[in-house]
Amino acid sequence: MHSDSRLEDRPVASAQDGLPMPSRLALRGITKQYPGCLANDRVDLDIKPGEIHALLGENGAGKSTLMKIIYGLVKPDQGQLYWRGSPMQIADPGHARSLGIGMVFQHFSLFETLSVTENIALALGTPAREMKALSQKIAEVSQKYGMTLNPDRLVHTLSIGERQRVEIVRCLVQDIKLLILDEPTSVLTPQEVETLFITLRQLAKEGCSILFISHKLNEVQALCDGATVLRGGSVSGNCNPQQETPASMARMMVGDDTPIATEYVKVAGGEPFLIVSGLSKTTHDPFGTNLKNIQLQVRSGEIVGVAGVAGNGQEELLAALSGEEPVADGSRIRLSDTAIGRLPPDQRRRLGVAFVPEERLGRGAVPSMSLRENGLLTGFLQGLVKKGMVQSDKTEAFARQIIERFKVKTAGTHSPAKSLSGGNLQKFIIGREILQNPKLLIAAHPTWGVDIGAAVAIHEALIQLRDQGAAILVVSEDIDELFQISDRICAICHGELSPLKATADTTIEQVGRWMAGDFVEDAA
Amino acid sequence: MDIELVNNVLQAAVRTGTPLLLVALGETVAEKSGVLNLGQEGMLLVGAVMGFIVTLTTGSLMLGFMAAMLAGVLMSMLFGVLVLKLNANQYATGLALTIFGTGLSAFIGAGYVGQPVTGLEPIAIPLLSDIPIVGSALFNQDLMVYLSFVATAVLFWFFKSTRGGLIVKAVGESPDSANAIGLPVLPTRYLAVAFGGAMAGVAGGYLSLAYTPLWAENMSAGRGWIALALVVFASWRIERVMLGAYLFGLASILHLVAQGLGFSFSPNLLAMLPYVATILVLVMLSSNPARNKLYAPVSLGQPFFKST
Repeated sequence: MHSDSRLEDRPVASAQDGLPMPSRLALRGITKQYPGCLANDRVDLDIKPGEIHALLGENGAGKSTLMKIIYGLVKPDQGQLYWRGSPMQIADPGHARSLGIGMVFQHFSLFETLSVTENIALALGTPAREMKALSQKIAEVSQKYGMTLNPDRLVHTLSIGERQRVEIVRCLVQDIKLLILDEPTSVLTPQEVETLFITLRQLAKEGCSILFISHKLNEVQALCDGATVLRGGSVSGNCNPQQETPASMARMMVGDDTPIATEYVKVAGGEPFLIVSGLSKTTHDPFGTNLKNIQLQVRSGEIVGVAGVAGNGQEELLAALSGEEPVADGSRIRLSDTAIGRLPPDQRRRLGVAFVPEERLGRGAVPSMSLRENGLLTGFLQGLVKKGMVQSDKTEAFARQIIERFKVKTAGTHSPAKSLSGGNLQKFIIGREILQNPKLLIAAHPTWGVDIGAAVAIHEALIQLRDQGAAILVVSEDIDELFQISDRICAICHGELSPLKATADTTIEQVGRWMAGDFVEDAA
Repeated sequence: MDIELVNNVLQAAVRTGTPLLLVALGETVAEKSGVLNLGQEGMLLVGAVMGFIVTLTTGSLMLGFMAAMLAGVLMSMLFGVLVLKLNANQYATGLALTIFGTGLSAFIGAGYVGQPVTGLEPIAIPLLSDIPIVGSALFNQDLMVYLSFVATAVLFWFFKSTRGGLIVKAVGESPDSANAIGLPVLPTRYLAVAFGGAMAGVAGGYLSLAYTPLWAENMSAGRGWIALALVVFASWRIERVMLGAYLFGLASILHLVAQGLGFSFSPNLLAMLPYVATILVLVMLSSNPARNKLYAPVSLGQPFFKST
């Protein structure tokens, strides 16, 4: 598969030392300016043949822009790209592929209503009459790299992990020299991550270079031989992950003044407050998941985490708990003794339930409305409305309070929600719910796409709310986050909930098995 | 009911369904690429009037149909530039195209109302047209009906087993993904919209040169809208578009049949049937969201912004 072409991996003079070493890909002084944002500022990057190289950085550090430049989706304003030692201008993704550059996207670039083979054929430009041969090849390649895949399946019937395999196999059926993976592990169970790493190491051994984009430091340490760290668009450091600690790499990512994650004390909690017993629900969405006999209790003063790969019933569970999809048998969901399963969301809020949805814009906040109005949206119980009239001074004060207490960076209470960055808006939404002193807070993916500094602030706020005696349910795909903040943890898979255990009594491996649907209790 | 009447009814149903079929086929292709063009009625009318005028002045039906097609393409490209290049709202622009086309066709055709042309004549295909019941309905028709059969077959094959069809579907499902793997999103959409315009133009020509060979203001009488509903009714599948077109064709002529049979029911009420059927079908379909989610082009009606 990796036939040698006449191109060779020749050295490219480095800006700093000029040491000659063979290079698969080299970037020199790449700069890309967007209106109001310098996405890449004189970025240098070197990847050797067969090297697994990490590109580290927080959200907004410029990783995405940089890899889009390499893949020909975005043109740099300045700087030069060298492919195997020669200056190269990559015109478009087709050109990148013809050079042997393949890319696995974070948000998959797959077409759900088409089959695996059709999806791959679209990218390769395979004529219709060669589809049979392509199917054959897909089966062979997936076999060779230990990634089981049925070429005839329609993509919407595949799990997230399988979809990622489609993306990877799509790169591998070609003669590949450089594989770019954008946050590939964020959607996988720990076991799937291990399988992926085996495949990647095998590829690297065969001479393929890999650019691994991530912000998960343990994974970078386990997999990569070299790393380039981006911060605010420019390179803040180069290192060998094997000789660093996750903490030292995190420092390079966030700079000196941001606090990095700390350990939180685990607590036992009091009386059960949210009680879900035997909740089953059939979905009307053909791509949805049915909930099967969910049993869950969240005590006052504790945080319960629900792990799981996206699309395993989280959305349906959250909709049932928030009241967006009321449950026919109301007693399946109770707050202490009150059955709330049939109540609509606002009545649940009146009983002390607060909810932070997954989508910030559109569900958590109305994009075009000001922060003031968005504060009113769920804060209407805080005396902001009297006899049907909005109390503008109190509304203003409420929004101001959220902004000050949770350090939301914004021009003012009149800024529309969509003008805030993801992390700032998330701080605002979480703050809005927490300031109402809920008895139960349900938070979906509270730190998704949020930078480390904001994530720490959100975690601390959750812990503080817990210590005030609130029951908190956190649904997240980030298993590290759940281990950090949850007192008890479980996982959801195919609409079923795993056993619920104290976080201290379980391991990431066990939760990983739960995420894959293996709920059998361990002998230990 | 005697056999002669059944034959006549079926033949008329196919004839009446043909302009619906042509428009709906074109719009299916456009919608599969993710573009919703509500301007069908306007393109139909401009096609009808241009086809009529050219045939009247040159005496050639062939040139008339070509002119109708060209007029449809030009109208659709006006729409295409607005929604694809300038990213105007597809719904509003489509509605504007209908209003514009209605007015423009009335303006151009003002001097031609009531003038006669010799329309397209049926050609009976030997042997096939003698098959009982369906023979005359399917094989004693004019050339455009036969061409609509061919168009249906070609499009069915195009979506089932060509790379081009795959690209159109991919662009309609997720333009961002399509762009990310290097497929030409906007050119594909332009072509699909132009094809839709060509089909609507030809359908207009069929109205004024074959179905009722004359020009009258607003002669399409809502067929463009019925065709739009038909695409949804068929859940964007070619074979169902054909079936649906003939069903709607049948519904449209029922009032004539009823009169022929001597029913005393108000023919005006019966003439409403195809429109009532359209509403009923849309209500039935939208009450089952699962179905639409599986078949509808996901990006339908949404503009595509290419990052640079």
